[in-house]
Amino acid sequence: METRHIGRPVTRNEDPRLLTGRALFVDDVSLPGMLHAAVLRSPHAHAEIRSLDAAAARARAGVVAVVTAEDLGEFWKPGPLLVPPPPIAGMTFRQRCQVPLARGIVRHVGEPVALVVAESRYIAEDALADIAVDYAPLPAVGDLEAALAPDAPRVHADLPDNIAAEVRQAKGDYAAARARAAHLVRRRFRYDRGASIPMETRGIVAAWDAKADRLTVWDTTQAPVVIRNGLAAMLGLSEGQVRVIAPFIGGGFGPKMMMFYPEEMLVPWIALRLARPVKWIEDRLEHFFATTHERGQIHEAELALDAEGRILGVRDEFLMDTGAYDPYGLTVPLNSQCTLLNCYDIPAYESRFRAVFTNRTLVSPYRGAGRQHGIFVIERLLDAAARELGLDRVEIRRRNLIPPGRFPYRNEIIFQDFAPLTYDSGNYAPILDKALAAIGYHRFLAEEQPRARAEGRHLGIGVVCYVEGTGIGPYEGAKVRVQASGKVTLATGIGTQGQGHYTAFAQVVAEQLGVEARDVEVTTGDTDQFDWGVGTFASRGAVVAGAAAHEAAKAVRAKVLKAAAEHFECAEEDLVLGNGKVSIAGVPERAIALGELARLANPLRGAVKPGTEPGLEATRYFGPEMGATAAGVHAMVLEMDAETLRPSILRYVVVHDCGTVLNPLILAGQIHGGVAQGIGNAFFERLAWAEDGQLLNASLADYLLPTALDVPRMELDHTVTPSPLNPLGTKGAGEGGAIPVGALFAQAIEDALDLPARGIEITEIPLSPCRLWEIAQGHG
Amino acid sequence: MSGRVAIAVTVNGTTHRREVEPRLLLSDFLRHELGLTGTHVGCEHGVCGACTIRLDGAPVRSCLIFAVQADGRAIATVEGLAPAPGRLSVLQQAFQDAHGLQCGYCTPGILMTISAFLEDNPEPTEEEVRHALSGTLCRCTGYQHIVDAVLLAARRLQGG
Amino acid sequence: MRAAAAAPPRAEAPRRAPRRPHRLRQSAAHEEPRVKPAPFAWHAPDSVEAALALKAAHGEEARFLAGGQSLVPAMNFRVAQPAVLLDLNRVPGLDAIEAAADGSLRIGAMARAARLEHDAAARRSHPILAEALHEVAHPQIRNRGTLGGNLSHADPASEMPAVMLALDARFLLRSARGQRELPAADFFLGPLTTALGPDEMLAEMRLPPLPPRSGSAFLEVARRRGDYAMMGVAAVVTLDAEGRCAAARIACCSAGPTPMAAPRAAASLLGTRLGEAEIAAAAALLREEVDPMGSVHASPDYQRHLAGVVAARALRLAKARAA
Repeated sequence: METRHIGRPVTRNEDPRLLTGRALFVDDVSLPGMLHAAVLRSPHAHAEIRSLDAAAARARAGVVAVVTAEDLGEFWKPGPLLVPPPPIAGMTFRQRCQVPLARGIVRHVGEPVALVVAESRYIAEDALADIAVDYAPLPAVGDLEAALAPDAPRVHADLPDNIAAEVRQAKGDYAAARARAAHLVRRRFRYDRGASIPMETRGIVAAWDAKADRLTVWDTTQAPVVIRNGLAAMLGLSEGQVRVIAPFIGGGFGPKMMMFYPEEMLVPWIALRLARPVKWIEDRLEHFFATTHERGQIHEAELALDAEGRILGVRDEFLMDTGAYDPYGLTVPLNSQCTLLNCYDIPAYESRFRAVFTNRTLVSPYRGAGRQHGIFVIERLLDAAARELGLDRVEIRRRNLIPPGRFPYRNEIIFQDFAPLTYDSGNYAPILDKALAAIGYHRFLAEEQPRARAEGRHLGIGVVCYVEGTGIGPYEGAKVRVQASGKVTLATGIGTQGQGHYTAFAQVVAEQLGVEARDVEVTTGDTDQFDWGVGTFASRGAVVAGAAAHEAAKAVRAKVLKAAAEHFECAEEDLVLGNGKVSIAGVPERAIALGELARLANPLRGAVKPGTEPGLEATRYFGPEMGATAAGVHAMVLEMDAETLRPSILRYVVVHDCGTVLNPLILAGQIHGGVAQGIGNAFFERLAWAEDGQLLNASLADYLLPTALDVPRMELDHTVTPSPLNPLGTKGAGEGGAIPVGALFAQAIEDALDLPARGIEITEIPLSPCRLWEIAQGHG
Repeated sequence: MSGRVAIAVTVNGTTHRREVEPRLLLSDFLRHELGLTGTHVGCEHGVCGACTIRLDGAPVRSCLIFAVQADGRAIATVEGLAPAPGRLSVLQQAFQDAHGLQCGYCTPGILMTISAFLEDNPEPTEEEVRHALSGTLCRCTGYQHIVDAVLLAARRLQGG
Repeated sequence: MRAAAAAPPRAEAPRRAPRRPHRLRQSAAHEEPRVKPAPFAWHAPDSVEAALALKAAHGEEARFLAGGQSLVPAMNFRVAQPAVLLDLNRVPGLDAIEAAADGSLRIGAMARAARLEHDAAARRSHPILAEALHEVAHPQIRNRGTLGGNLSHADPASEMPAVMLALDARFLLRSARGQRELPAADFFLGPLTTALGPDEMLAEMRLPPLPPRSGSAFLEVARRRGDYAMMGVAAVVTLDAEGRCAAARIACCSAGPTPMAAPRAAASLLGTRLGEAEIAAAAALLREEVDPMGSVHASPDYQRHLAGVVAARALRLAKARAA
C-alpha cells in the first residue's frame, strides 16, 4: 500500500509544547483557592488500628480538613473490580479490592489511613505528624512461599488462607507427551519485577464548580473515560457532570492504568464537600508504596522434548504475588501463563498458577504485564535443553518455531482478553535470521569468543525469542472533523503517556484526507471531547484507537468526496485529495479547500437532507475480535569483568515484527525505552524488602534506574507481517522491548562466564554484580 | 527568622520579588510562586535531574536549593531557551528532529543540563554525551534518541 | 529498620549529644513518608565570625548549610529536621584553594567540588582529588556540593573521606572559642558521625605535599556511574631512586563504619618493587583490614572480595604513575 504519511518518520506534533515547558501536566494545574492534600500512610505491613486522633491536626493553622474512614460514611467501600476473573472452568478467584482509607486494619506499608487538606503541601505534611494513630502490629507475610504455609498470617482474615486465585489451563495431553519424551528438563525459576517509576508520580486535582454544577478532575490516569464513569457513579453525579482530563502524562507504563486508587476516590469526594479545588501530588517516597508494582513469581517448570529437541509439551506450576488486594484480577498471571508458549509449536501444555495475597503494595500490570515471566521460563528451559542435548541454542529454537503456514495458530487456552489465545499472523524464522546476521552470531562463536578467551576476556552472547500479545479489545473510538479553517481535528477517549499518539493518529487521518499530519489536531484524554473508550495499556493504542481513527477518517473522506462531487458536478472517481484540497484529477485549478467544503456542509441557509449530517465529521469505533501477536528477537554480546562481575554490553540488536509500522521514529523510541526498562529489570532494579515489610531502598538513590551509561546503543531492524485483524494491519509495540531482556541477560552471562561448564545456571532475575558473584561461587 | 523573607530572583532575565518561607524549595518557588511550570519535579532528593536549572550558568538541582538562597542570583529555566514565541532553539529543534523525547517530563532538566554541556564541549563524542546525561534519568526513551539529538544539536551549532 | 547511628566514642572528642543521622540512603521507609522540609529558622551570615557565633548560640539545634547536596535531601525527607539553618553560602573566604610552593594544598571547606575538580594547581599537586571527585555523584551535584560539606556528612560510602586519609590530610576545626587541627583519621568517628563539637565548623583541609616519584590512584566499583561506591580504594605510593616503595598509604570507602585505612597492607609494600606478588599480598592483607557493613547492593563478603580486587588495581595504577 503506497502511503504518504503512514510509515513515515514524521516528527511529533506534541514536541514544541513539551520542549518549551508549556505542556500541562497535572501538577501544573493551579486554580484559585486550591488546597493541597497529603496522605497519612501506614508504617506497618499489617496492623490493627486501635484508635486515631486527628484533633491536633485539625487545629493546626492552615489545615482545612482531616478525613478518616469514619468521615466517609456511605462513600466508604472497596473500589470496583476492574478486571473480572476469566471464564475458565474450575477457576477460583477471591475478590478483595482496595479501600479509600483503612478502617480498622492496614494490610501493607503505605496503605492510606487519613487525608489531610491544607493551604499548602508543606503545612499538610506538618499536620501528618499531628495525627496520633495507635497501631497494634500483626504478623505480616511478604514472601510468596511463606504466605502459603499453613500457619502463615492471613492477609484477609475472612479467608481461610492467602490464595487469591487458582487457575489451571491445559492444551493437548501433557501426560502423554511426557511419557514419550526422550528428554525432560525440569527447573525452578524466580522472576521478580519491580516498580515502574515513571518520572512523573501520580497526582489528581479535583474542582467542583457549583455554578456550572460540574466536577472537573485532572488525573495522571491512562484511562480517563473509565475514571469519569466510575467517579460519577461513586459520587452520585451524572456522567455529563463529570469531566476527567488526562493531560500530558509523564510516563505511565501500566500502574497509571490501575484505577480508583484511594486518592482517586478521596480527592474528588473532599473537593465536593469543601467546594474548593483540591490537589494531591504523590511524592517519590510515597510512590514506592502507593502506586502498584509488578512483583515476583516462582515457577516450577518441566519441558518434554524428543531426541531432536522438538518440544512435545510443557508443564508449569507457579505462584504469583498479587499484594494485599487484587482489583486488577488475573491479567498478569494469565499473561505469564499464555506467553510461556512463546513463538513455538507446543502441542501439549499444562499450567497452573496460584495468585497469593501478601502484605505488600498491590500488583497490577507494568510494561510486559507478566509476559516477562513466561518468556524467561521457556527460554531458560530451551537453553538448558540445548545444552543437555548438545544442540546449538539457536538451532533448538529454530526447530520449534511455528511455521509460517500454520496461522492463525491456536493455542486454545484463555488469554487476558478472555478469548482463546490465537496468534493472528507470524513469520518467525526471518526475524531470527536477521538478528543472527546483525549480531554476527556464528562469527562470534567461531572466532570472536575463542579469541577473547585466549586473551583472558569473558565475552558472551545471548539470543532469545519472544511474542507479545497486543491490540486487544474491547474497543476504542475516534471522532474526526474537518473544520471551516481547514484544520482537521481528531478526538479519541484513549489517553496518552508519551508514546506519540498526537502524531501517529494524525498520520492515520492525514493519509485519508490528504492533509499534513501537522494539520491534524489530536485530542486525547478529555472526556468532554470524547467519552467512550477504555484506555492506553497492553500495547493497544496504535492498533485499536489507530484503527478507529482510520475508520472515522475514511468515513469523513467519503463525505468529502461526495460533497466535492456534488460541488463540481463530477464523479467521485475523478477526484483527488491532497494539500488540504479536493481537485479534479488532471485539472488542478478546479479545486476546493477542505475547509470551504466543511463550511458548505454546515449551511446557514438550505437544509441538511434526511439521512445526512451537517459538516464533515464522523465517529467510528473499532473492536478487534482478538489481540494481534507481535514477535521479535533480541541478541546481545556482553563482556563480564570476572573479578567484579560487572557486565559491559558491547552490542545489542532488536529485530521486531509489529505488522504495519505507523511511524518508525516513534516505534524505535518505544523499543529503546522498553529495552531500557528490561535492562533495569534484569540488572539494576530490585525492591529490597525488610522482614517487617518496609522497603530498604525507597528512593531513587537506592532503587536504581538505568542511566545513559547503562543502556547501550541498539541496532534495530524489523520485518512486517501484517495483522489481518484490523484495516491497517498493525500490531502493538509498546512492551516488546522490555519482555525478553531478563532471559537474554541470563543466557549471555552464563555464556560469558561459562557457568554451565561448572554446573551453574542462572535461574533468577534480577541480577546484580553481588548476586552474580554469589551465584558464580556456587552459592546459588 | 522562620517568618517570611523578601527575595529578588532573576529568572530568564526578569527579576521577581516575593516574600517566601525559608523552607520553600526553589523548585516549588519557580513552579508555584512564579508559575513557571516547565521545570518538573521527579524525586525531591536530587537524583532524577528533572528539576535541573542553571544557577548563574551552572546546572544544579532546584529541589536541593531553598528559594531564599537564590536571592540576588540569576536563574535560567527551560522557558528561556526558545528565541521567540512559536520558535525553537537549535537544541530544542534537534530534540524534535531526532525524537529525543517521549513523555517530555525529564526533558526540561535534560535541556538545561545539555545547554551548559555544549557550551563547554562543543564537539562531544557519544561517550561524552552519555556521561553528561548520566545525571538525568529518563524512563521513556532508553536515551538513544536523546544522544542522537545532542549530537545533532552540536553539529548544527558548529555550523554543520 | 533505621540507618545505623552508632558513634564509637573517642577520648578527645568534645562532649556532644548524639547526632541524629540524616542518612537518606538505605534507611527503611520512614514512619510517615513525606517529602517537604519541616520549618526552620534561617540565617545567612556574612562572615565566619558571625556564623560561628550563631553556631555557638544554637549548638546542636543548628546545622550548617554548605552545598546542601546531602543535607537538603535529608531535610526534604524529614530525616533531618534542624531547627536552625546557618547558610554558609554568603560567607566570604571559606572557599579558597591555595597551593603552596612546597606542593602542599589548602582547601577551604566551602570550595565547590566542581571547582576543586578542575582547579589547575590542585590537579598538579594532588591529582587523586580530581580523579576521586569525578566519581562523586554527577556534575550537577558537584556544581553545588562542597568538599567540607561532604566530609562533615561523613557517609562511610563517600569517596572523599577515604582520599583525605590516603593523603594524610589535616582538618582545621573552628569555633567561637578558637580553633584546633585534627588528622583526618581522627575526624571520622562512625557512620555520619564526626569529631565536630556542637559549636564547631570544619573550615579547611590541609594536604601535605606529595614527595617526588609519588603516584596515586582512586578507583571504585559502583552499581552505576556516580553512585556511592560498593567499594573504593585510594592509594598513594612513593618510590625511592631505585624504584622501591618508600611510602604507601591506602584507604577505602564503603569498607566499614568510617573510611578505613589499611596500614598493614600499606606497610607490606615498603621496600618492595610493587610487583604482582607484593600487590596481591597487600590486597589479601587489606581484605582482612576492612570491615564492610554491607548494603542493599552488596553483601559484606562481596565488598570484602571487591576490596582486594580494587586495591590491586589501584596499586598497579599508582605504581605506574609513580615511575
